[in-house]
Amino acid sequence: MRYDVLIIGGGIVGCALARELSRYRLRVVLCEQEAEVGFGTSKANSGILHGGHHASLGTLKGELEWAGNQLWDVLAVELGFGVRRVGELTVAQQAEQLSVLDTLLHHARVRQIPGVERWSAAQVQAAEPALASTVLAALYAPTTGVVNPYEACYALAANAVRNGVELRTLAPVQQLDLQEEGWVVTLPQARLVSRFVVNAAGLWADRVAELAGVRTFSIHPRKGEEYLLDKRLQGLVRHVIFPCPSPLSKGILIIPTYDGTLMVGPTAEAVEDRADLSTSAAGARSVFAAVRQLVPGISEKDLIAQFAGVRAPADGEDFVIGPTARRGFLNAAGIQSPGLTAAPAIARLLADLLCEEGLALVPRQEFVAVEPPRIRFAALSPVEQVELTRQNPRYRRIVCRCEQVTEGEVLDAVEQGATTLDGIKFRTRAGMGRCQGGFCTARCLELLARARQLPLTALTKRGPGSWLVCDRPDPTASDFEKAGRP
Amino acid sequence: MTAHTTHYLCIGCPLGCRLEVEEEEGGQAEVEVRGFSCRRGRDYALQEHRAPQRMVTTTVAIDHALWPRLPVRSQQPVPRQLVPEICRALRSVHVVAPVMLGDVLVENVLGCGVAIVAARDMAAC
Amino acid sequence: MITAQPRHLRRRYDVVVVGGGPAGLEAAVAAQNAGAAQVLVVDREPEAGGILQQCIHTGFGLHRFGAELTGPEYAQRLVAQALVQGVDIVADACVLDVDEQRRVKLMTTASGIATVDAGAVVLAMGARERTRAAARIPGTRPAGIFTAGLAQRLVNLYGLMPGRRAAILGSGDIGLIMARRLVLEGVEVAGVFELMPHANGLNRNIVQCLHDFAIPLYLSTTVVEIHGRERLEKVTVAPVDSTLQPQLAQAWEVPCDTLLLSIGLIPENELSEQLRLRIDPATRGPVVASTMECSRDGVFACGNVVHIHDLVDFVSAEAMLAGTCAGRFATAAPAPADNVRLLSGENVRYCVPHTISTEREHTVYLRTLRPLESCELRLVEAEGNVLYTKRLRYVFPAEMVTLKLRPAILQKFHGGTLRVDLVPRAFPEQGDAAEPSFPLSAPDKRPGGEP
Repeated sequence: MRYDVLIIGGGIVGCALARELSRYRLRVVLCEQEAEVGFGTSKANSGILHGGHHASLGTLKGELEWAGNQLWDVLAVELGFGVRRVGELTVAQQAEQLSVLDTLLHHARVRQIPGVERWSAAQVQAAEPALASTVLAALYAPTTGVVNPYEACYALAANAVRNGVELRTLAPVQQLDLQEEGWVVTLPQARLVSRFVVNAAGLWADRVAELAGVRTFSIHPRKGEEYLLDKRLQGLVRHVIFPCPSPLSKGILIIPTYDGTLMVGPTAEAVEDRADLSTSAAGARSVFAAVRQLVPGISEKDLIAQFAGVRAPADGEDFVIGPTARRGFLNAAGIQSPGLTAAPAIARLLADLLCEEGLALVPRQEFVAVEPPRIRFAALSPVEQVELTRQNPRYRRIVCRCEQVTEGEVLDAVEQGATTLDGIKFRTRAGMGRCQGGFCTARCLELLARARQLPLTALTKRGPGSWLVCDRPDPTASDFEKAGRP
Repeated sequence: MTAHTTHYLCIGCPLGCRLEVEEEEGGQAEVEVRGFSCRRGRDYALQEHRAPQRMVTTTVAIDHALWPRLPVRSQQPVPRQLVPEICRALRSVHVVAPVMLGDVLVENVLGCGVAIVAARDMAAC
Repeated sequence: MITAQPRHLRRRYDVVVVGGGPAGLEAAVAAQNAGAAQVLVVDREPEAGGILQQCIHTGFGLHRFGAELTGPEYAQRLVAQALVQGVDIVADACVLDVDEQRRVKLMTTASGIATVDAGAVVLAMGARERTRAAARIPGTRPAGIFTAGLAQRLVNLYGLMPGRRAAILGSGDIGLIMARRLVLEGVEVAGVFELMPHANGLNRNIVQCLHDFAIPLYLSTTVVEIHGRERLEKVTVAPVDSTLQPQLAQAWEVPCDTLLLSIGLIPENELSEQLRLRIDPATRGPVVASTMECSRDGVFACGNVVHIHDLVDFVSAEAMLAGTCAGRFATAAPAPADNVRLLSGENVRYCVPHTISTEREHTVYLRTLRPLESCELRLVEAEGNVLYTKRLRYVFPAEMVTLKLRPAILQKFHGGTLRVDLVPRAFPEQGDAAEPSFPLSAPDKRPGGEP
């Protein structure tokens, strides 16, 4: 069997593309090297849907940022995940930064982004009383939103699979050969043949391009550390707060995440090792020092979790999207911020490009755009909670106390494809709260083991090598002898 | 004849007196205890020096119960040096629910004269 | 163990207890003894007993039962006592909300969400463990990092090992107990690392869990980095200076696939916060009166949800008080109000309860900020008059100080604020007989600090 399109990489771009292509009569396969989709750069994303005015004019990423931004509401409704348009404030604390606000406002005007406006210090204080009084002015953008990036990945992938896309996890591409019948893609478990290959391999995109014989760019991994704060601070800051950006990064932000908790970060540090997901004492110091400048009321004491992700910028800092010198091999690489925002637009662009390259896009009549709503006990109204638990005993037992996640939600997550503890955590929030899994880990493992019919010792945190528990040493013959019998 | 000193940390209270027991080389002779600040400390030092005793607590496998493990304990303290071996030996013990608190699971573990008993009820399920 | 689930929940209970650990069970029985006819205990686990069920070691119950019990034995006695008295225990259930009228919304596996009216509510949710983020340990996020309590649960209830070679951060009792437990189960323990210059656990556990098994204890040392991509591979540890700053030049690496964190407990106060109870920043639990009543009428609290106790026996004592007062509140007139506010003074991290009455007898629990020998506890009036002193041989941060206060001690005091200080004794060398006696100080022959 020959596939029409093989997508390498199940991050937000690969998942969005898989879902976009599932609208058409195509045989599509999505290959992800990790145990689950979204486990690479995407899961550590800040979760901001950028307002559309940050990226410079004349860049591809600038164009796709605004285009993508406008596609998220429909996606969220169709696929049943949440997007909240919380709005953003880019704040200037020094006089020389005021011109940066003007530049951003100019971007917004040119792109015709509605509602972006300059706020005075007084307006800022009225809207965000917790912000430092040193804020001189800000640029307000109502178009900025927040989303759970991993949730978006899962939802897109799940809908793609419902519409016939084949998902292969733990499937790193080892070899790419262009032959008569198309691209022969070697995975550890199989050799697949596909007419088109889309390289959405994120941090590994330059290596994949090299396998295809068209390494025209390099990835320059850049690490970002993020710090998640206790929900006690919920509501302290309501908009996404940006300092005025520097050329290298958007700076240290304060993000009211989709779940309502505050997150601060990310750092921006060039790293050699693409798999370097370590946080550092220096990173924490720099983040909290920067954050205190913006919101003096935030301190390290409120920290509940820290993590890092590695961005995948290519040379030139713009997205690398399009066909290559090798027939049928397309890149979707160098996707750094605002990559999450742009992802739905990138998917559409890639579909158009594939079409230009000769792929016929014939709509499938039976395409199911809408996913059945997923149950999230904690998000239901009291009346809905009563109704749900009256009808369905599966949701009557709380597994995660901190985030009020029920057993039914954990089982749903497993049915929707969670194979790891992190997979359950990212789908349900079980273990993401204050106690960081102290109480629910054992129960989640039990449920996962039972549903997958595996021993607990076979379960992992996030895939091979990340085993969680092991068996006690077996008794020896002499133990039996020594124990004696009752 | 040379004197030999052994050190102990008193566990009687949080003061944690550093106890010393001095003894003539060769065993049986009189011993001297130093460093205690109460009678209990002195007694403890001698006990630890002559015949340290420990309670054994561990778990054994249990079938058809709420949990896969049943907590068990020794009915009396056992000589300290036997504790690891007893725990190892108990790895081979496998019981079936129901079990009641105090049920004797091993009568005379390692032949030391002490029984291993269930430390709780566990119903069959 | 018998865990009779009530077939139906009543519409109204005199007392609803949130949490079926030792505090909850003890409070429930006490409430019943105080006259509450219908008492409900709600517990999230499949059986009552709380964390005691996984604490299989001995050392519990010397005060409460006059016998040295294991955790499960202590739990079983409390559960049996509750069931004999006719307390309803609903397991596998969760309290979602308690409103101002003390309507308790709970979810049970048998019937979903139900609301019951409570004459009084006792909060007994216990504590949770501090996590890696609380200790702010940088590095990667591999599998193999467990709080000590989670590891204890896996080992003792499930029979699963957290790994093959463990390092333990924190010398709290759970960490020490787990060090021994792991060694006895065939897991290697590389060492216990303690940030402070002194161990946090009982000497008994230092001796019987570490010395007995030749497990090294590194004081003034902490974990400064975690390594390993998928599974923990090693930790970097470093000594700390007197300001607790790691000395990275002297750091070394400890190969291990498991890191247990035994770095303290925090009251589990989701519900207390939802109820908008006043919280003491020092205990991180609700502010309580001498009746263990919180800042909302008819809501009581006891056990680790109020402050972290050293011994379950003290939890029992506190819970009996809370249960008794809750039972009385629900069935009769509430107790007269307190007229003395206790203020944590010199060297005192916190006092519980936060208020007392000059009319009644109280046990006040307090914790020192730093170790002191030959010291005294003073109750000081606002104007600086020392109302009462009690000599203590020593105080340690890891050991709660208990102070019995009889009305006689406070008879000349007519209410207001009393500061509690822990200060070195003025003339420690002169012996007890030569000690100057302070006005109004009542002799107390009990050796101080002894549990």
